[in-house]
Amino acid sequence: MIEVKGVSHDMRGQAILRDVSLSLPRGGVTALIGPNGAGKSTLLSLIARLQRLQRGRITVDDLTVGACADRDLARLLAIMPQSSAISARLRVGELVGMGRYPWHGGRPGAADHAAVEAALAQFDLTGLRHRFLDEISGGQRQRALVAMACAQGTDYLLLDEPLNNLDIAASRQLMALLRHMARDQGKSIVIVLHDINYAAGFADRVIALAGGRIVADGPPAEVITPGLLRGVFDTDARISVIDGRPVVVV
Amino acid sequence: MTDRFVLLAGLLILSILGFMTLGAEGSWSFLLPFRGAKLAALMLVGCCLATATVLFQTITGNRILTPSVMGFDALYVLVLTALVFGLGAAGYAALPGPLLFSLNMGVMTGAGLLLFALLMRGGRGDMVRLVLTGIVLGLLIRALTTFLQRMIDPSEFQTIQSASFARFTFVDRRLLAATALAALPALALAWRMRFRLDVLALGTEAATGLGEPPRRGQRQALVLICVLVAAATALAGPVSTGFAGPSSFFGLVVVSLAHLVTPSPRHAVLLPSAALIACIVLIGGQTVMERLLHLATPLPVVIELLGGLLFLFLLLRKAHG
Ligand SMILES: Nc1ncnc2c1ncn2[C@@H]1O[C@H](COP(=O)(O)OP(=O)(O)OP(=O)(O)O)[C@@H](O)[C@H]1O
Ligand SMILES: [Mg+2]
Repeated sequence: MIEVKGVSHDMRGQAILRDVSLSLPRGGVTALIGPNGAGKSTLLSLIARLQRLQRGRITVDDLTVGACADRDLARLLAIMPQSSAISARLRVGELVGMGRYPWHGGRPGAADHAAVEAALAQFDLTGLRHRFLDEISGGQRQRALVAMACAQGTDYLLLDEPLNNLDIAASRQLMALLRHMARDQGKSIVIVLHDINYAAGFADRVIALAGGRIVADGPPAEVITPGLLRGVFDTDARISVIDGRPVVVV
Repeated sequence: MTDRFVLLAGLLILSILGFMTLGAEGSWSFLLPFRGAKLAALMLVGCCLATATVLFQTITGNRILTPSVMGFDALYVLVLTALVFGLGAAGYAALPGPLLFSLNMGVMTGAGLLLFALLMRGGRGDMVRLVLTGIVLGLLIRALTTFLQRMIDPSEFQTIQSASFARFTFVDRRLLAATALAALPALALAWRMRFRLDVLALGTEAATGLGEPPRRGQRQALVLICVLVAAATALAGPVSTGFAGPSSFFGLVVVSLAHLVTPSPRHAVLLPSAALIACIVLIGGQTVMERLLHLATPLPVVIELLGGLLFLFLLLRKAHG
């Protein structure tokens, strides 16, 4: 279970997150939505200790973020940040292989190789494994980064806008895969999405963030309403219900 | 990859053989220890500078800046100048060798850490700012050195000049032992860091996510860099043309060559490859220039020229994306 209690965050004297509390039980796909600048990425990076926690407390299972050993957290939780600038010049296979580092510390074993092969296959990257990251397309690169996070083999997976640059087939495939991982392998996945229809279609729970506060939290059908679009996103898109699922008509 | 290493090892053995045997006149009982000590010094200096450059480029996330381009070995001349300035040439000459060595190591390690702290504030990832900060800091050190030298008596000035050239012609045994004592543990620690360096090279966020927060690793690498460069410089003097001259591009040349000959993101490959190439360039270069071509031009001048061109090339290529 991820527990966030009373987390506030300031940057340059500006409040980015204000007293955010939430608890995410094990298992399930949780979509984090909200307008640009709402604080979604900040929240994820605080949970994954990419930024130092200023106020409040975050725990993942029995580990307290900021106090626990870094390797222990890396074996329990993986994050794919929004803009993953990988500075080293790596091949796709090598990048995905780095995801296993928390487990083998540099000396991969048979289990690590198997996990990397599985991740490459799942994300259709087997044919690209020997290509350099700067020699593939934006969507392929995005898939490689998600594959790296998956290869880390953690119970908790935080993905910040993984659908960026993905075509519709790859997007649906990724979301279906995440749902499968949540249902059949008991993984807990938090995913930042901008396309609300993907949240409605694949998430078990939707949390809306605006101005650094949680403004809505619940199953997709309850959260995704015309009121949310107007109040939170300040837009007048229509919502129609198809097969019992809300669909935003853009 | 293995065949590349076999090739490098072969080249190194050839260089060593050439260095030890070519132009050998006189008794072997004299030549062997004499050239042996020189050989050991060259290898030690090569390994130190190559390793320091690899560490530095990894933790700053760039392939252009090196400790020497930043004026780290100019720092050595500054320490020297400050000592002569403070104590006078006579006082300086009276300092016992080991004390001078430890003083140099201590001051350079301390000042180096300070310098790097300044540099890292400039922001990792922001390449242009990083390189500019580094070059400006280097210029500052050299300017300060020149300023002090202007205020020194010309005859005392001579002392600095002779002490600050790369001294591969004569090697002090005790100094060699002291350097090895400082450098070998640092080299071993750098090798132990090789997997962590692979992770650090990915960038701050990715490294943190994999359970390797960069701050700790960067600090450890910085200390190693300072010890390695200080040791190499204290043993051989700056490998640059010396004296407040242009900065040294030796590390840059060697590590760029290593990337070329053994392209791999793994430090388990890069570290030994760079060290091997450094030894080949120093020993082979010295042998070819001195014993085969009988050129009077010192090796550092040639390295400096080629390195300067390479530096310019890398900088321009980076500027064009
Ligand atoms: N390094 C920074 N310095 C100052 N302010 C920042 C910094 N990074 C982000 N912010 C501010 O923090 C707020 C939240 O940023 P965050 O990246 O968490 O938003 P987000 O919800 O992920 O937005 P997006 O959908 O655009 O990714 C924004 O107002 C942003 O301007
Ligand atoms: Mg964001």
